[in-house]
Amino acid sequence: MEKFSVHRGVGVPLRRTDVDTDQIIPAVYLKRVTRTGFEDALFAAWRGDPNFVLNLEPYRDGSVLVAGNDFGTGSSREHAVWALRDYGFRVVLAPRFADIFRGNSGKQGLLTGVVSQSDVELLWKALEAHPGTEVTVDLGTRTATVQDLTVPFEVDDYVRWRLMEGLDDISLTLRHADAITDFEARRPSFKPATLPARTAS
Amino acid sequence: MGRTLAEKVWDDHVVRRGEGNEPDLLHIDLHLVHEVTSPQAFDGLRLAGRPVRRPDLTIATEDHNTPTVGIDLPIADRTSRVQIETLRSNCAEFGVRLHSLGDADQGIVHVVGPQLGLTQPGMTVVCGDSHTSTHGAFGSLAMGIGTSEVEHVLATQTLPLKPFKTMAITVNGRLKPGTTAKDVILAVIAEIGTGGGQGYVLEYRGEAIRALSMEGRMTICNMSIEAGARAGMIAPDETTFAYVQGRPHAPTGADWDAAVAYWSTLRTDDDAEFDAEVVLQGEDLEPFVTWGTNPGQGVPLSGSVPDPAAVGEDGARQSIERALEYMGLAGGTPMRDIGIDTVFIGSCTNGRIEDLRAAAEVVKGRQKADSLRVLVVPGSARVRLQAEAEGLDRVFLDFGAEWRHAGCSMCLGMNPDQLAVGERSASTSNRNFEGRQGKGGRTHLVSPLVAAATAVRGTLSSPADLEPVA
Repeated sequence: MEKFSVHRGVGVPLRRTDVDTDQIIPAVYLKRVTRTGFEDALFAAWRGDPNFVLNLEPYRDGSVLVAGNDFGTGSSREHAVWALRDYGFRVVLAPRFADIFRGNSGKQGLLTGVVSQSDVELLWKALEAHPGTEVTVDLGTRTATVQDLTVPFEVDDYVRWRLMEGLDDISLTLRHADAITDFEARRPSFKPATLPARTAS
Repeated sequence: MGRTLAEKVWDDHVVRRGEGNEPDLLHIDLHLVHEVTSPQAFDGLRLAGRPVRRPDLTIATEDHNTPTVGIDLPIADRTSRVQIETLRSNCAEFGVRLHSLGDADQGIVHVVGPQLGLTQPGMTVVCGDSHTSTHGAFGSLAMGIGTSEVEHVLATQTLPLKPFKTMAITVNGRLKPGTTAKDVILAVIAEIGTGGGQGYVLEYRGEAIRALSMEGRMTICNMSIEAGARAGMIAPDETTFAYVQGRPHAPTGADWDAAVAYWSTLRTDDDAEFDAEVVLQGEDLEPFVTWGTNPGQGVPLSGSVPDPAAVGEDGARQSIERALEYMGLAGGTPMRDIGIDTVFIGSCTNGRIEDLRAAAEVVKGRQKADSLRVLVVPGSARVRLQAEAEGLDRVFLDFGAEWRHAGCSMCLGMNPDQLAVGERSASTSNRNFEGRQGKGGRTHLVSPLVAAATAVRGTLSSPADLEPVA
């Protein structure tokens, strides 16, 4: 995973709440077996509307999405993160995120920062007053800056460390392989196993 | 101080406590796999040269993409076919047991696990699907995960997790006849909102919950994710033990006794404290239906579509206006006046045998309304076989419904079972998001009883609205 410290890019104001992962990427796009190439699927239904924010010229190359409350609810599909990332987004700021979406983002280097509702309103106004304005997102200081407006955001300390170091979870866990083996040796015999296959009944 | 059920199950699975701000590393007892969220995870293993650590704690089924008609033919949609074939080759390569289309244990992953007896109390269960919360009905900590986490569990049989907060959802008293588990959970979500459970594990408690069957409890826990919760749980009891006993993977002999002794400790201690609590009274609840585009936008069937003009706060009003525009509804319309084009009975929420029995009981001896189509999709091939053994297929066919093969089907419309633009459904599934059941489709979430009565009358209805069968 690429290290993340400071990102500067065009801010996109998405004035919607409850943006569920079915909106971020509809189910018909989940049939692919690759992990990349989902940019065309991002907000596919909404992009049919010429007035949708990503269809407006200054926002087309956006990389910092500023959204309303409860972003990423619903389905666990990590494809939602892949679609945002493949389109070019590196950061999403919102007052509240769904847990699974936020977890998935952290695994893929997409920063999700929690910003207060009033600061989201200020960011929206600043971005709409000057469409195409860049936002500077500093993970070290946990701040987002648009022109003379700077707002703080929250991110889990551990996720922040992993993002800044660009670390992969599986290698981190495999450092504790002995502890896993010890735990498994103590697993009660009454717990179920899927193998060997049962004989047909 | 005492511990909650969730904390007990958590503590019993800690491989390693995190230091400082590190997460704990939890062992995973059961990993359920399906075709949509696994191909990239298996690819990741291949790239890193890693095996599946515990194929004996992993099981796969085909459900999201599979057709519900003509299952003996090659899958017509090429990308769907490739995804299914990819699951088959991955399972063969990595030694994972797979229940394929045509197998009696094929079906929706959250129906298959419990039916095989693989879901038991006090386990950690994960799957690359948010409705994994279903398995919490057994007193397990069951969570939906993303594909990176699927790869992590395949490689290590563990997950790094930060502790959750706990919320008690207590439903006191008794449910009135005609009020079902689905109505309870829709009312809970309307009460706390789609983000109300964010950061929490919910524990459902109280007399009305205790009185539910295991299948009703699964319906409740299934939709915990729609309230934003990471998981939902119900403490195991005699109902749970009786459901598990005798299933193919249930413990036997001395193992059964040891298991029940352990399972009996899995309840929230009297002196434990929850971080939040919500209380509902069972007698106050009635059939509940959604009017909007998220599962929190619901009202009793006896109510009306909310009037945005009556809402003072700007953001809330805009959100209602937007939902009503998409749904093609006017504020103030009585829910019972809303005409329906398609009734869908199925999904991991309400596709089990008790759901099919309840719906069949309502439609028996009747004819569906001419104006609509009715799809009945069993949650698994075994549920379908059971229903056929009971003659339910004949009841549905005589009613004018389509009797399909098992799968996720119209719940998310990844296969050909979809709504057309502007088409309106009454659906026993779990999500009424824009376009969820097909681009431009409009979904009302309902219980199997309401779905069945709606199929008779053509407008949103409960069995109490029906004339007796002549």
